Amino acid sequence: MQVRRVLGDGVGDTRAMSLFRFDRVSVRFGTTLVLDDVSATIADGGSITCLLGPSGSGKSTMLRLCNRLEVPTEGCIRFRGADLADEDPLQLRRRVGMVFQRPTVFPGTVRDNLLVASPDASAEHCLAALERAHVQARLLDRDADALSGGEAQRVCLARTLITEPEVLLMDEPTSALDPASTKGLEDLGSALAADGMPIVWVTHDLDQADRIAAARIVLTGGRIADDHEAAHYFAGEEADHRHERSGEGDDD
Amino acid sequence: MTDGDVGWWGLAASLVLVAITVAISTWRKLGLERDVVVAVVRAGAQLLAVGYALALVIDPDHPKDNVPFAWAWLVFMVGFAAWTVSRRAPEVPGVARLALQALGASTLVTVAVIFGLGIFPVEPRAIIPVGGMMVGNAMSSTVVAGRRILAEFSEKRPDVEARLALGQSWQEASRPSLRAALRTGMTSQIETTKAVGLVFLPGAMTGLILAGVDPVDAVLVQASIMFLILGAVAINVVVIGTGVTKRLFTDDHRLVRIARPAD
Repeated sequence: MQVRRVLGDGVGDTRAMSLFRFDRVSVRFGTTLVLDDVSATIADGGSITCLLGPSGSGKSTMLRLCNRLEVPTEGCIRFRGADLADEDPLQLRRRVGMVFQRPTVFPGTVRDNLLVASPDASAEHCLAALERAHVQARLLDRDADALSGGEAQRVCLARTLITEPEVLLMDEPTSALDPASTKGLEDLGSALAADGMPIVWVTHDLDQADRIAAARIVLTGGRIADDHEAAHYFAGEEADHRHERSGEGDDD
Repeated sequence: MTDGDVGWWGLAASLVLVAITVAISTWRKLGLERDVVVAVVRAGAQLLAVGYALALVIDPDHPKDNVPFAWAWLVFMVGFAAWTVSRRAPEVPGVARLALQALGASTLVTVAVIFGLGIFPVEPRAIIPVGGMMVGNAMSSTVVAGRRILAEFSEKRPDVEARLALGQSWQEASRPSLRAALRTGMTSQIETTKAVGLVFLPGAMTGLILAGVDPVDAVLVQASIMFLILGAVAINVVVIGTGVTKRLFTDDHRLVRIARPAD
């Protein structure tokens, strides 16, 4: 992965060490405070950072701030030192790719899907993207609607990878998948990270975070949880987990 | 007067069907009796008022008189239609202004074609009823298109955001959903146009035939009006569709939160 130099920040600047830095960020939807004065740093480098928290804790919103699908009501978010508010959102979103909670394949074949992301991509280019996302080459001309959930989600990942992003945002990407597909996507994420791709991964599944995360940020009620709150959340989640193994994801 | 003359007795007799409507509502416990009566009284009063007002503007002996009044009437109808649209679809962002733009544009184009090409004479007896039919049909299509576009973007939010997340501009990302909504908005009028004559005889033609006009002449009038309505609906749907879409996205290519329709 080629990593673009951060404009305006010298090499060795401490801010260049962070992938995303949230500085007193608040987000309000109407009268609802979704994120409340959040300050946090997500480290750069080839590893997975998990954003954890219960439904409505603001973790998805925090992720969506990173590619400007949301904007902060207050505060500032920096991507490798540069204020996101100053970035062109269209260019930013090609540098910061995103995979959503449910597979969102577009109408047409798998190839059509890849061409939406990269209209000039050659067949080789398409196949390389599929390979990186562990999608079998024979699916290239398959109708995307006919894929299984796991295949569809990996096609969505391939579609994001073909834009050559520097960072991946994963918004509860396994919440609609069966256990085998979940394991496949986790392994895929870990392999991409080991290859040098920084990944920010939202999940409500503590076991998943244990399997893949190098770092964790816990949110409760729109705030970064302190050690006590995080311990409380983990304990509660463990208890809940014994009752229902497969919780549906939230779309906060 | 022709054989099509209804008269006061005829009007009173047609109330039998209103009574049947009220009876059905009572029988099936629909609770619509009051609404039916209010609607019928309103329709009667409004049409009578319009009839007397039209009689002031339209003088059969001097058909070229009062043309400026007729244009003013048309402008009033556009304004009233826009107001009606904004009341019926308040959840659509910027609805009053967009409806005024859409209805204004479609009326302007159709009026230019109707009178510019000499399809109908520039006389109050043509301007007001033909304009009314354009605006009336366009008004319904505006409400349908405005609601459809909101529903479309509400349902397709994941698809649209997936496209935005790939770095597409809002114009690109909205294209498939906008196209679907525009198609829906136009399809019903196209279907109506296809079914005309086979399934129903439209109002203008019915009125002309009742008034004793040769049915073939009546058909020529009706056909030209149908085609103009089709054009008016198309213009409306495009203006309202693109206008609402633009308001659903921010300048920095984000899809805004969409209010759920009231119904």
